[in-house]
Amino acid sequence: MAILTEDECRAILKKALGYSKADECEINFGGSDSGNIRYARNTVSTSGSLSQTSMVISSAFGKKLGVVTTNEYDDASVEKAVRLSEELAQLAPENPEFVSFLGPQTYAPRSKTFVPETATITPALRTDMVGKSLDTAKENKLIAAGFLQNSAGFSSMMNSHGLFAYNTSTDVNFSVTLRSEDGTGSGYSTKGYNDVSKLDTLAFTKIAAQKATGSKGAKAIEPGKYTVILEPAAGIVLLEQLYGGLDARSADEGRSFLSKPGGKTKLGEKMVDERVNIYSDPSHPDLPTGSWAGDGQPQVKRSWIEKGVVKNFTYSRYWAQKQGVKPIPNPDGIIMEGGNATLEELIKGTEKGILVTRLWYIRPVDPQTLLFTGLTRDGTFYIENGQIKFPIKNLRFNESPVIMLNNLDALGKSERTVSGESGQNALIPPMRIRDFTFTSLSDAV
Amino acid sequence: MKRKDFLYLTGMGISASMLSRIPVFGSPVLPGHDMSPVDVALKKRMADVVLNAARSKGATYTDVRIGRYLNQFVVTRENKVENIVDTQSYGMGIRVIANGCWGFAATDKLDNDSIAKAAELAVAIAKENARIQTDPVQLVPQKGHGEVSWKTPIERNAFEVPMKEKTDLLLSVNDAAMKGGANYVNSILFLVNEQKYFASTDGSYIDQDIHRIWPLFAVTKIDSKTGKFETRQSLSAPRGMGYEYMTPRESDKIKGVTTLYKDRYDMLEDARAAATQADQKLKAKSVEAGKYDLVLDPSHLWLTIHESVGHPTELDRVLGYEANFAGTSFLTLDKWESKKFNFGSKNVNIVADKTQVGSLGAVGYDDEGVEAKKWDIIKDGILVNYQAIRDQAHIIGLKESQGCCYSQSWQDVQFQRMANISLQPGKVPMGVNDMIKNVEKGIYIIGDSSFSIDQQRYNFQFSGQLYYEIKNGKIVGMLNDVAYQSNTQEFWNSCAAVCDANDYRLGGSFFDGKGQPMQASAVSHGSSTALFKGVNVINTARKI
Repeated sequence: MAILTEDECRAILKKALGYSKADECEINFGGSDSGNIRYARNTVSTSGSLSQTSMVISSAFGKKLGVVTTNEYDDASVEKAVRLSEELAQLAPENPEFVSFLGPQTYAPRSKTFVPETATITPALRTDMVGKSLDTAKENKLIAAGFLQNSAGFSSMMNSHGLFAYNTSTDVNFSVTLRSEDGTGSGYSTKGYNDVSKLDTLAFTKIAAQKATGSKGAKAIEPGKYTVILEPAAGIVLLEQLYGGLDARSADEGRSFLSKPGGKTKLGEKMVDERVNIYSDPSHPDLPTGSWAGDGQPQVKRSWIEKGVVKNFTYSRYWAQKQGVKPIPNPDGIIMEGGNATLEELIKGTEKGILVTRLWYIRPVDPQTLLFTGLTRDGTFYIENGQIKFPIKNLRFNESPVIMLNNLDALGKSERTVSGESGQNALIPPMRIRDFTFTSLSDAV
Repeated sequence: MKRKDFLYLTGMGISASMLSRIPVFGSPVLPGHDMSPVDVALKKRMADVVLNAARSKGATYTDVRIGRYLNQFVVTRENKVENIVDTQSYGMGIRVIANGCWGFAATDKLDNDSIAKAAELAVAIAKENARIQTDPVQLVPQKGHGEVSWKTPIERNAFEVPMKEKTDLLLSVNDAAMKGGANYVNSILFLVNEQKYFASTDGSYIDQDIHRIWPLFAVTKIDSKTGKFETRQSLSAPRGMGYEYMTPRESDKIKGVTTLYKDRYDMLEDARAAATQADQKLKAKSVEAGKYDLVLDPSHLWLTIHESVGHPTELDRVLGYEANFAGTSFLTLDKWESKKFNFGSKNVNIVADKTQVGSLGAVGYDDEGVEAKKWDIIKDGILVNYQAIRDQAHIIGLKESQGCCYSQSWQDVQFQRMANISLQPGKVPMGVNDMIKNVEKGIYIIGDSSFSIDQQRYNFQFSGQLYYEIKNGKIVGMLNDVAYQSNTQEFWNSCAAVCDANDYRLGGSFFDGKGQPMQASAVSHGSSTALFKGVNVINTARKI
């Protein structure tokens, strides 16, 4: 399927809207081409290709809403889908929380989310890129398992109040785990970009190889509180639990870590170390994201935590209306400001501590304190006097990102990384944290 | 349906806030939209087009899955229906072997030209991949079944139940919880219908109609003075059943400190209990960390079985195919080859069963045309087998696949997924009260909550919904802030007793995640209540 242009989308959506007889109608339209290759045991395992489109038609009569989808775009099929959505709206119970669709919006100029070279990745190129990774594994007598996935897509929307929006994007994501042949060492690396030219599978596989070789013969240490350096791929999986939970409604209702007794919240209060600055910016050159949210609201640069203070919550349009404030959509990409130090410099400045490559199986334990549990994985090392001394066995933690960011010791330079839990991309610095709580030891490699 | 999409659509969990508004998994469609299965003759014609196209391009094996996946969500909150969503996803996935290597392509354009081109693309990908492949794919033989069909044995199709009946039930549940003192309540009915057609060059043309149901709620109670809040989630199990699951039956209730449910669920009764228990949780004593004997109800134990037995006995993990994501397994081939690896105590007998009636994983045939079956995994505490599919079976000397292949949709490639893995009941007559009588210092845990296990399935931590302190053979009150940690082998070796078959119940998950791109699979785990001696319990209370 071709990536439809803005004009093509506008024409299709205009025609579809023309069939509407509802009080209000909104149509979201999108599609993508994607491909992937997966490998393990130093050979390809599965791979695939997928092409799909989808048109979501929402019709409303008063506060009654009906939604239907079609992926057939001849006139008769689209009209039928519009009629069906109207029938559903008439049958649906009234939703007291329904808010009318938005009128025309002004969006910032689109940032470089679409890179033609990424959109034209072929199966042969994927195979070549993975081939470099496999060669590195074999040269180092390691066993590789990895995944490379690329996609190109468009999304557009139009409604009966005159709103129109259009975005295109490309992505390519890569991750690799290298294990020693005797199963006693493991290393990991992951990266994701809009632009395939930035993805050097050879360089990233070499990092994983170094960790795999270096982590052989890990020693056990006692669980307890340690200074840790969380590499970006490790830090993101805890940070996203914090910035993904900045929802106003749950805070206002008293069932969030952001709630306080008596219906108050922590909005505007200092919650973590004053060096913590977290924001989103659709036009950031290293993490460009779409110019509009799924409901048509413009995405703008917005601070979430500034000098440790909670600056903004996300507000659904319903909850914002109820609370008499402006709605704030969920951001597409998150940036945490870092310092100038490299990871190596952070290690050099550490008297005693643990370097963590990756965290795994993160699950909530207590929503009130935002306590999470999980484990280290694929490269955990003990640091003494500024040097990595020896690999250590993996450890289970029980820690809250709120507590963690209050125990912030130092920040490195932010870099783009991918969450192994959610798949989201973000710009995150390596972080040195005091008193990180490990509660038990794991024999897993 | 992926877990993140479920969270998005139902508004449950913080992950939901990170997703876009447009559902990414399928297409919301009108209830009453044409949900009748696609004509079997048409699917056979399409399958034959693909099989021929792939063969003509050099494929030595091809399978085709034509899937129509229907999901329905009814989402309520307190006194209102927040959302009713019907989704549909319809398309075709084509898997081939060419030059000894797998290739896969999927499309939702189902005209003859498009599906033939998709078949050609799958072959082209396979040939490209063959450049970096070391050993050709080996499939164990599979006989063709001809034209056959299978359907989940349901009594009442949940998709055909009037919407008003469903919304009335959930609103009654919410009303019961609010009248019981809850501050907030969400309740959801989640229904699944997989209409799957499978054809392969082995000569199989298999049509299946699979149904699943999951009713759930979360009741929240807040102490306005302290700002402390607690939730109690439903004790229902998702099931491979029709709407008959929602019709309570006294014979399916087990009465104790709270009522527990077998093959019929009383959602209203459970919600009333939840409101009371959420309040009790606010006042419960914080646990003192240390060693306890744990009495684990099936509504909790299913998840421990899933994580510590189900996943490490998946052969693809043992071999390293999940090393980059879900992880490997400590149950390496040498342990199985020894025929004496002591996985657990003699009380531990665990079977895999794709035929179990009412389970989430019950099918007639798997997604590579292998008939469903049942086999031993752990026998009297010893590891005796794994879970394998066609391209792995030869590695453990099997002459046929165990039928564990599954894909979450037409658009994803099928691979090895967990069968229903269940702990068998004890042979000595024993109920829960008999078990508790013999515990001096223990905790009775009901319901599942937090769960986490390492990438080789040794070290784990679990929490529950309700914790009852046991002292000298009696329940003396409720505890809070409980999580237990153990090592899989130590834990199963500490299994001192399992209640008899009268206590046997199924738990399960709609969203067992694995693979890259990640796919979800639904699977059940049965057990009776079981006793584990001397397990390490930690206190999870913190201050921020």
